Amino acid sequence: MHEQHQILYKHRFVEGIKGIDVYRNHGGYEAFRKALTMTPEAIIDEVKLSGLRGRGGAGFPTHIKWASVPKNTDQEHYLIINADEGEPGTAKDRDLMNNLPHLLVEGCLIGMLAIRARKCYIYIRGEYAEPWQNVQRAINEAYRAGFIGKNVLGSGMDFDVYTHLGAGSYECGEESALISSLMGERGMPRLKAPSAPLYTVSGAWQKPTPVNNVETIATVVPIINMGGAEYAKIGYGSPRSRGTKLTSISGHVKKPGVYEITLGTPMREVIYDIAGGIRDGHTLKTYIPGGSSTGFMMPEPLDYPMDYEGVVTAGAMLGLGSGGLIVMDETTPIVPVTKRLVDFYHHESCGKCTPCREGLNWLAKIYDRILAGGGRPQDLDLIWDICDNVRGKSFCGLGEGAIVPVMTSIKYFRDEYMSYIKSGRDLVMV
Amino acid sequence: MPRFTSETKARIDEIAGRYPDRRSALLPALWVAQEVYDGWLPEEAMQEVADHLGMSRAEVEGVASYYTMYNKEPVGRHHIEICQNISCMILGSDDLIHHCEHRLGVGSGETTDDGMFTLSRVECLGACSNAPAVQIGATYHENVTKERLDTIIEQLKSAPSEVAHPAQAKMPEQGQF
Repeated sequence: MHEQHQILYKHRFVEGIKGIDVYRNHGGYEAFRKALTMTPEAIIDEVKLSGLRGRGGAGFPTHIKWASVPKNTDQEHYLIINADEGEPGTAKDRDLMNNLPHLLVEGCLIGMLAIRARKCYIYIRGEYAEPWQNVQRAINEAYRAGFIGKNVLGSGMDFDVYTHLGAGSYECGEESALISSLMGERGMPRLKAPSAPLYTVSGAWQKPTPVNNVETIATVVPIINMGGAEYAKIGYGSPRSRGTKLTSISGHVKKPGVYEITLGTPMREVIYDIAGGIRDGHTLKTYIPGGSSTGFMMPEPLDYPMDYEGVVTAGAMLGLGSGGLIVMDETTPIVPVTKRLVDFYHHESCGKCTPCREGLNWLAKIYDRILAGGGRPQDLDLIWDICDNVRGKSFCGLGEGAIVPVMTSIKYFRDEYMSYIKSGRDLVMV
Repeated sequence: MPRFTSETKARIDEIAGRYPDRRSALLPALWVAQEVYDGWLPEEAMQEVADHLGMSRAEVEGVASYYTMYNKEPVGRHHIEICQNISCMILGSDDLIHHCEHRLGVGSGETTDDGMFTLSRVECLGACSNAPAVQIGATYHENVTKERLDTIIEQLKSAPSEVAHPAQAKMPEQGQF
């Protein structure tokens, strides 16, 4: 079995690591001290060397995002952290915020240095009361210890870190919708580059506001500590997928949980060794590699490297995703599960663009009808056609993600649909 | 009768000071209002928020109606929210929901006659590795079974109501040191 590097979670199980004293006894805030002696360019260079890519789902290189923030401007900059984890199957940022809140806070401080920001907003989804309390407590402790506040560590710089609670909206995890929500609006997406300026140039409040995921920003801490080049040595797969990925494994496995997995570890090892394999007496039917929007995948191939590139070569439509691996055994009825996801995306669609609003509405109705026994032979073509009209045509990623589980379920489990259509019954439950 | 006291307003003002503009405090202000108005947002609550932030009530309602956690109707003393999304579903959340509906004698989205419990189906709570998950007030319960849910419900009957969300401003030490 491949060695699993514990970079972020090195001290995850240390008693009291939530508190600033224990965190500092384990090297906490040393990376920030080091970063204070570096220029913003040097910090970005280390992150570039590390090969760090966004851990929230899109996999965008962090250094490019940061380097695109204008340097010679009098405008205030803000760093925004996306802690609106809502992708079904994903529970890793919650685990990080609950157990290592200071790692997040320290990452925010380094991120602010890198982009010359002095204020940081952590947008936490409304349901996450406990993570919010943990993070807020950590922020308060960091203020008291002088890592946040006025003239931090004698640097002459003032820093502020705020938490901002959402109120129940999946769409707000989309970075431009998150910006709208942070500004007190409905969580609807905004026009993106190239039709509009990058958010790193003109985002929230028309100021430069890059948005980073919780895990991404926390990963900057070990990168500064160990050096980007050293971090880039970690990984078993693609040269473009370096480091580790927090992955929440759920479903029909013996050891579900949140694990720090070295990128490039074979998917078979992830499911059968790290997660302990399928529960006794059952077999793997399908799995979703990184949150529901990445769609269903089949038990073969399974020996590919779990990283940004590997998942795509294995046939995933939307890549590695957010790190929410959902494993399903043969008892799983695919049509009702897919319907559940369709209903979810339909409910969460913000209504801004027609393909997503109408497409998901019709999909939900068709699934209702099929499950009620009114399926027609032409329904699968109809569903496919609707998906085709959402794909590539919706305003933001929600619509794009919504149709992936639908399309993959039809691709791989056509017989289960046909059973409903022919006899009104589920192949699995009968 | 307005319920915002000078203290409520000061809390909202403190929050508003964290942002470059005042209207950005709308979401946290609605949390505060929901706390002050016993867990939901009647029209008066939204009017008070609008007045205090210098916005129209239409704007405030437009935003409040977008987000599922702002309750537009009164909720029971305890709000039981059962995750129905994929990881919880394949580990039995539908059974859990039906069990709870039967036990409380209400459908999803309804409140018991005595005003004790509101039951809701909700989307992914982000506790997938410990599915099925149930959120009650601010507390998560994970790996929930029917038996455990029964025990929790019994205990809740004599427990004080937990604010549906501990509003952002409740944390006393935000900001300046």
